[in-house]
Amino acid sequence: MYKTTTQHLNYHFKTLANLMAKATPARSGDYLAGVAASNNLERVAAQYVLADVPLKQFLIEPLVPYETDEVTRLIIDDHDITAFAAISPTTVGDFRDWLLSEDATTEKLSALAPGLTPEMVAAVSKIMRIQDLILVSKKCRVITKFRNTLGLENRIATRLQPNHPTDNAAGVAASIIDGLLYGCGDAVIGINPATDNLEATASLLHLLNDVIERYKIPTQACILAHVTTTLKAIEQKIPVDLVFQSIAGTQKANESFGINLKLLDEAHEAALSLNRGTVGNNCMYFETGQGSALSANAHHGLDQQTCEARAYAVARKFKPLLVNTVVGFIGPEYLYDGKQIIRAGLEDHFCGKLLGLPMGCDICYTNHAEADQDDMDMLLSTFAMAGGNFIMGVPGADDVMLNYQSTSFHDALYLRQLLGLRPAPEFEQWLIEHQIFNKHNQLRSINTIPDIFKASVEQISA
Amino acid sequence: MTQNKNNTIAYDPWHHLNQLTPARIGLGRTGMSLPTRANLDFQLAHALARDSVNIPLDFKKLQNKLDNLAYITLHLQSQADSQSTYLQRPDLGRLLNDYSLNELTAKENLNVDVVIVVADGLSSKAIENHAVPFLHLLVPTLKELDYQLAPICLVKHGRVAIGDAIASHYKAKLCITLIGERPGLSSPDSMGIYFTYQAQANISTDADRNCISNIHANGLSYKQSLTKLLFLIKGAEQHKLSGVNLKDETPNTSLENQYSNNFLLP
Repeated sequence: MYKTTTQHLNYHFKTLANLMAKATPARSGDYLAGVAASNNLERVAAQYVLADVPLKQFLIEPLVPYETDEVTRLIIDDHDITAFAAISPTTVGDFRDWLLSEDATTEKLSALAPGLTPEMVAAVSKIMRIQDLILVSKKCRVITKFRNTLGLENRIATRLQPNHPTDNAAGVAASIIDGLLYGCGDAVIGINPATDNLEATASLLHLLNDVIERYKIPTQACILAHVTTTLKAIEQKIPVDLVFQSIAGTQKANESFGINLKLLDEAHEAALSLNRGTVGNNCMYFETGQGSALSANAHHGLDQQTCEARAYAVARKFKPLLVNTVVGFIGPEYLYDGKQIIRAGLEDHFCGKLLGLPMGCDICYTNHAEADQDDMDMLLSTFAMAGGNFIMGVPGADDVMLNYQSTSFHDALYLRQLLGLRPAPEFEQWLIEHQIFNKHNQLRSINTIPDIFKASVEQISA
Repeated sequence: MTQNKNNTIAYDPWHHLNQLTPARIGLGRTGMSLPTRANLDFQLAHALARDSVNIPLDFKKLQNKLDNLAYITLHLQSQADSQSTYLQRPDLGRLLNDYSLNELTAKENLNVDVVIVVADGLSSKAIENHAVPFLHLLVPTLKELDYQLAPICLVKHGRVAIGDAIASHYKAKLCITLIGERPGLSSPDSMGIYFTYQAQANISTDADRNCISNIHANGLSYKQSLTKLLFLIKGAEQHKLSGVNLKDETPNTSLENQYSNNFLLP
């Protein structure tokens, strides 16, 4: 069925899953899985064939069996056939053409989102260049709310990530101050705990809650512990704003994370019942990343980018405040170098946005990947141009707990200066009120600590 | 911090908070960007970490050092034949190549209790700096405890699980693997120790191992690491297992400073 002849060579791709994997841009993780195209010609041949596949074929031929995978069941059962009707006769190639046309407006793309499945958006992304991914993503708008409003046009938010190797409270507080005084933290103040247990999580939850309350910061807190740990915290009446969980695109990969849809549903309901949001109730924070399914040996012969897009179906179910693709964290066996990391970050953002998700990106790399700060600057700049909802803010771009490099508070200021992107409006007001930012979206040039934090900082002797 | 001549740098009046955390806080700014010094400091740390991954471990030198201490060694290699393959194919890094398998088979393997594997992993610097001094504590201690040791196996391009094949060959009860950890900017030479009880090739998984990580000048000391390892060995001998069901209950001594509370609260 999936056949073509090009340059006197016959290509026959046995299944849609196989076709998708062969059509995907080169990626070390797909070579590791043994599913990638064996050469450039085979890849382009697959892309030609894929361009002629009708979108509705993805509803008829699930890439992972419906019977054995609850993510597939979620994708098929929740598919909005009415929203899909508008593009039902379209092929993957025609879909690309339409997305890039003036006819595909923000309103139409929003209305279409529930009619799209992860496989459809993954397929079209495989035949798009980086500029296509940027242009279409920029037209999508996904707005979410908890204590502030995220995803508005011409704004970009930051997750303040004040990690510390031993969860030391003073050390965490020092990084929080640094971040806030650089104007970061509107997406969330989110800590990866050094140890994932209830005691450590509870004390960090209290710490963030108390800081946010005392200084009346219009933002939300999150401790990135396992969902079961956060559920226990909720049971014990410890203040929880957002529930965090890493998710993946197949049932088996999610099982390796110790989760399933029922558990996520339970956590979502528990967080909703606390009703801690002031302007909205999006209360989930998900992280994803290409390669996680393969690393759990649960990729079912799919390429890693398609698996990643399937994770967004899981995310979409729970109306999250934030979805973060942690693009370069996994290492070079999945994304080898800066080139692969940059494209993967933009693909993930594109796929998530088309599906209606509030996508952010942890623009990052490890020291054994062929990448450096220049590569991060390329992804940072293009991600902001594409209209990304949020990035990370890590002091000096160096996460001293997780041992990888992400984006810094300075990186966020670079985007504000270059592209005029502002923080979330409620948070921006707070920054201006406390003389951290001026009205022109800039840090104020003063040599004193703003009054709000002066007394606290001066407790620590120089 | 030195003043720059043009006064373009805005220093952060809270930069003294950097005594509270190893994180790069209070870096100041020029315009909205990172000042030159902070930018170069970052590049320096990245260069050290990159070199740690990419400069190959000098196995000859390591072997000579161990020879001089009268330890018997064996030099092996995984199926990853280049650094680039090693980085992209973790599966090959877990398997011994044919030459190494023959080397092993040629050795007698009678009455061995412990296999010690030293693999370059992701940081040659870690092994170069920490393997010999740690082995010089570990080996005599194991001998005092009456354990019979196989030759110390030095493995090029090895991942953690490569110890399983070696332990299987020797039918050894205890497998101790020293390996260079993924380098961080502040710890380019961090060594890890993985301990597996009754390791078996293709059967043991990460859930069967215990890990002692962060062994470097600003992390866990050799002595602390040895204490933890001996605790694990004792526990494994007692319960006949290792991994997630064997907990390390030795105290974690970390360097804390005079301030440990959240100073943002009254």
